[in-house]
Amino acid sequence: MYRWVNPDSSSMLELRDISKTYASGQVGLETCALRGVDLTIHDGEFVAIMGPSGSGKSTLMHILGALDRPTSGAYLLDGRDVSQLSADELAVIRNQKIGFVFQSFNLLPRATVLRNVMIPLVYAGVIPEKREALARIALTNAGFDESHFTHRSNQLSGGQIQRVAIARALVNDPTIILADEPTGNLDTRTGAIVLNTFQWLNEHEGRTIILITHEHDIAEHARRVVTLRDGAIVSDVVNRQPRKATV
Amino acid sequence: MTLPSDILLETGEALSANKARSSLTILGIVIGIASVISMVAIGQGAQNAVTSSIQSLGANLIQVMPGATRGVGFTVNQGRGSAKTLTNDDVDAILQNVPYVAAISAELSGRYQVTAPGTNTNTQIIGATVAYPTVRNVSVAEGVFISDNHLYSFAKVAVLGPTARDDLFGEGADAIGKTIRINRIQFTVIGVTTEKGGSGFTNQDDSIFIPLTTTQRYLVGDTYLTSINVQAQNADVMSTVQEGITAVLLDTHGIVDAALADFSTLNQEDIVSAASGVTETFTLLLGAVAGISLLVGGIGIMNMMLTTVTERTREVGLRKALGARPGDISAQFLTEAVILTFAGGVLGVLIGFLVSFIVSVAGVIDAEVTLSSVFLAFGVSAAIGVVFGYYPARRAARMDPIVALRYE
Repeated sequence: MYRWVNPDSSSMLELRDISKTYASGQVGLETCALRGVDLTIHDGEFVAIMGPSGSGKSTLMHILGALDRPTSGAYLLDGRDVSQLSADELAVIRNQKIGFVFQSFNLLPRATVLRNVMIPLVYAGVIPEKREALARIALTNAGFDESHFTHRSNQLSGGQIQRVAIARALVNDPTIILADEPTGNLDTRTGAIVLNTFQWLNEHEGRTIILITHEHDIAEHARRVVTLRDGAIVSDVVNRQPRKATV
Repeated sequence: MTLPSDILLETGEALSANKARSSLTILGIVIGIASVISMVAIGQGAQNAVTSSIQSLGANLIQVMPGATRGVGFTVNQGRGSAKTLTNDDVDAILQNVPYVAAISAELSGRYQVTAPGTNTNTQIIGATVAYPTVRNVSVAEGVFISDNHLYSFAKVAVLGPTARDDLFGEGADAIGKTIRINRIQFTVIGVTTEKGGSGFTNQDDSIFIPLTTTQRYLVGDTYLTSINVQAQNADVMSTVQEGITAVLLDTHGIVDAALADFSTLNQEDIVSAASGVTETFTLLLGAVAGISLLVGGIGIMNMMLTTVTERTREVGLRKALGARPGDISAQFLTEAVILTFAGGVLGVLIGFLVSFIVSVAGVIDAEVTLSSVFLAFGVSAAIGVVFGYYPARRAARMDPIVALRYE
């Protein structure tokens, strides 16, 4: 009932002349986070959006993730203009179409690993009997050890938590994974595991991965690197030889 | 959309995560509901007590008294009560001409000095007829009441109220057959009435009943009456009977203008409704004070919910990012508030029952918990949950997911 229906067979997301301004604290002052961004990402791509802090990459990620609406411009997701959708319709997109992985993990501390992974299924209206099986599959795909399924997140290491977050992003089978600095709070080795997971998901399952980062090393794992500076795209290059994340 | 079972699970987890805070918040509602229930129960008990004590004077009673009441309310009429406008003839006239009369009791009462060997007391002497026990709801505990024979023969016999008996012969003493002197005239005690308790208007326990005829001949020396008490056949004909009495008496007294009547009639229903008006106001006052505490409890809920929403801002942001609709978020917080108040309501009703029970057992007042106040309390507590939970829930639902996610 609440499935995202793709109105167009060519699955892709397209930003047309997107601008975003924030009203500052003082009257009349506005901060321009994005100025006229044009960006098209096709299904199955692995794109890194790079830029220093303040470049507008987080704002871009929020708009891509239907968490925020642009001030002007159009955001077409599978041909539909997201900026015109209601709060409920945006919620469906976030639930079905996009899986989020955050830098700060964002697990519910009072719930078990399985319950955390099941949250998107709850909002998708999946019947309770099916949820656990789906969550177990997602956790296994994210490389999470089955013996920790009933642990609470405060009993897990950073790497384990990020795997849970990835499993949660995958559980509703979204076409797009949107990861905001997913390795930011991890050491190099666990960071590599996470990146390896993304590459695997991209290559073997054909999922679109959009990776937001400020680190070159991380961005090099993507097949396309979009660089932002001061709210505008300054470069958009194809990375012919993405770095393989070695575990 | 989230299922109710999911919301309940979340609510249970969220509330048990903050047990101390949840229970303190509930306490406000518990106290509010408990006080509403018990205060209304006490008020209801007081009302029942007043009504039953008035009813104990006799059922469906209309009192006719000498002297007049004029205008609205009781304009004080000089000499009222001592007026000698009611006579035995009036009793006969009412009996013959007024329909729906079940019984009629003519009375002549006054205070006299009463002596028994070694003691004396000043009490109310009621010259009564055979109908008195029926009309005034008095029963005889020992011995007999005044009979027609006593009335015909001007017998010097007396029936004592229990208080009068205690005063004259000692508590619980056997007074039958003993003699007392009323106004220096010797009377033989033939009965003692059952204890009724003070009614606030007349204390029938502290009275001595003697035949009306005896009173008129030996004590007063005149044939007037101090009151005629008429029992209507049922509550529905009370006003008909009252009007009938007024018409008949005006006629027999030869008075054309009802405003100049030399007697007055008092309908028992009027007294009951006047008295219950007072206790109803009293109940309302108690309920209102209790209602204020309920309101304060509700504000406590709102305060806690606002704190919870702020504390869980990141959680709200995360849930929104994972596909929660505004409706899902507000349902979650609203359910928390409603569960809190409902739990408080259940506990409050139990404590309200307990307080009412204790008050009744302690003998303060026979508190009566009415079903309607229980339903009202439940309804109000659920409504408080919705009303005071709505604003925090809406705040959570309207939260911008990004702001919520970034919240530290």
